[in-house]
Amino acid sequence: MGKLFAVVLVIIALASAYPIVTHMYVMPEDISTHGHQIDEQLSDTMAEAGISFLLAQFVLAFFVWTFAERKVGSKLKNFPGGAKVMVAAAFILVGTEVLALGVFGQRAWANVYFTPPRPDALQIQAQAGQFAFYFRYPGVDGKFGAIHPDKIDEGNQNYFGLDPANEIESRDDIVSAELAIPVNREIHLMMHAKDVGHSFYVRELRIQQDFVPGLDLSVHFTATKTGRYEIVCTQLCGLGHYNMKAYLNVMAQDDFEKWMKQKASEL
Amino acid sequence: MRTKQAFMTGVAILAAVTTTSAVPGGGTVSGKVTYEGTPAKQKPIDMSKEPSCAKQYATPTTTETVVTGPNNALENVVVYISAGAADEPPPSQSAVFTQKGCRYIPHVLAFQVNQPLEVLNEDQTSHNIHPLAKINREWNKSQPPGTPPIVDKYDKMEFIPVKCNVHPWMHGTFAVLKNSHYSISSGDGGFSLPNLPPGKYTVTAYHESYGEQSQEVTIAGSETKSVNFVFKAKPY
Repeated sequence: MGKLFAVVLVIIALASAYPIVTHMYVMPEDISTHGHQIDEQLSDTMAEAGISFLLAQFVLAFFVWTFAERKVGSKLKNFPGGAKVMVAAAFILVGTEVLALGVFGQRAWANVYFTPPRPDALQIQAQAGQFAFYFRYPGVDGKFGAIHPDKIDEGNQNYFGLDPANEIESRDDIVSAELAIPVNREIHLMMHAKDVGHSFYVRELRIQQDFVPGLDLSVHFTATKTGRYEIVCTQLCGLGHYNMKAYLNVMAQDDFEKWMKQKASEL
Repeated sequence: MRTKQAFMTGVAILAAVTTTSAVPGGGTVSGKVTYEGTPAKQKPIDMSKEPSCAKQYATPTTTETVVTGPNNALENVVVYISAGAADEPPPSQSAVFTQKGCRYIPHVLAFQVNQPLEVLNEDQTSHNIHPLAKINREWNKSQPPGTPPIVDKYDKMEFIPVKCNVHPWMHGTFAVLKNSHYSISSGDGGFSLPNLPPGKYTVTAYHESYGEQSQEVTIAGSETKSVNFVFKAKPY
């Protein structure tokens, strides 16, 4: 029975590893300039963890097989050095693995989060509120008008609380429910939460960033492929969280300019 | 015997006088509501986050906070008798508010204090209607598709903005009024308040963006008195 168990262990371990090794899981297409770094990090993690997993299962199977028919009363062997050495060995092995992943991954992380956006990046504001995302472009004057939460009037589509009657900079601001961006241009997305915590996630961009109430956060990215992609809220924010999404529309530069003109004409 | 008869007749007259203040064949106040100046543009609504609603519109629908008609007509203005008419018990028929295509239909719903309000959901998505009452009790209720109507009522007079907690662009208004003398201005800005017994009345017009205006009018017999309202439109 014991030996059978050891065989089953090995079969299960190999069957689990098979779909990962043969890449049966399909990653969403990568449309971001930093996407390949994130994907590489994911592959490295899979490989490291996978090898450790398989080794651990094989060692376990070996011990089960070897000692499966141990007679009652036969002498027990101890791990050389005892428990202390075993714990230290495990600590060093696992610790090295985790540290290695961290060291190799910090480049991918730093590229996304610790480098500032280019000075000519296109600035777009994003507001997350229960239960929709809205985006604001500065308009022809290049300036964002001030936000007044007490002036928010959703029935009139004033989602940001702008005061165009009294402030000239807000008059040309374009507010949109979709995030339209030109392709191959760095975008600096300035994010704030209207009420509770939300999160901005576009899987094709390999970008995920929480909206934290009270904080002005930002991400920057460059999209490399035109198309329509889903932005989903990935931080539980209330009864409409399941329904909270918007669309990222990556367009060619000319189409983007046409879109901006169309939006400006609706003001 | 005669005392009892007199008493019963007296009670009957009293009941007739106090339970209805609408007199068929009474006077009428009618007129038009218009605006002067430039109203704010009604903006198209992007419903892409709710594809089951977005696909119902060939071109995006617009906000309805200021709806205008030809010759500067102002629609969706609630014109009602705010003074001079007695309070009335509510009709048993419900006032119906429908969620369809991720919009509220009608945009402004007028009904009486304690009249049943029925909220229907005819969409494929859940709504969460949230009337923002300040005088009445404020509540919000989730309504998945295919569920029975929400039935509730308000016991005090109030103009209540209505929003949907799930779909931020949805907006409407409840006008909870004390009697049956109300009319919502239509496509040409016209309104009509018939069946008014003789007396002195205050006619009030309420617009959700432009506020309230009142005028006094006296009805003598079964005449029609003309009362017009002009609201100042704002570009923002």
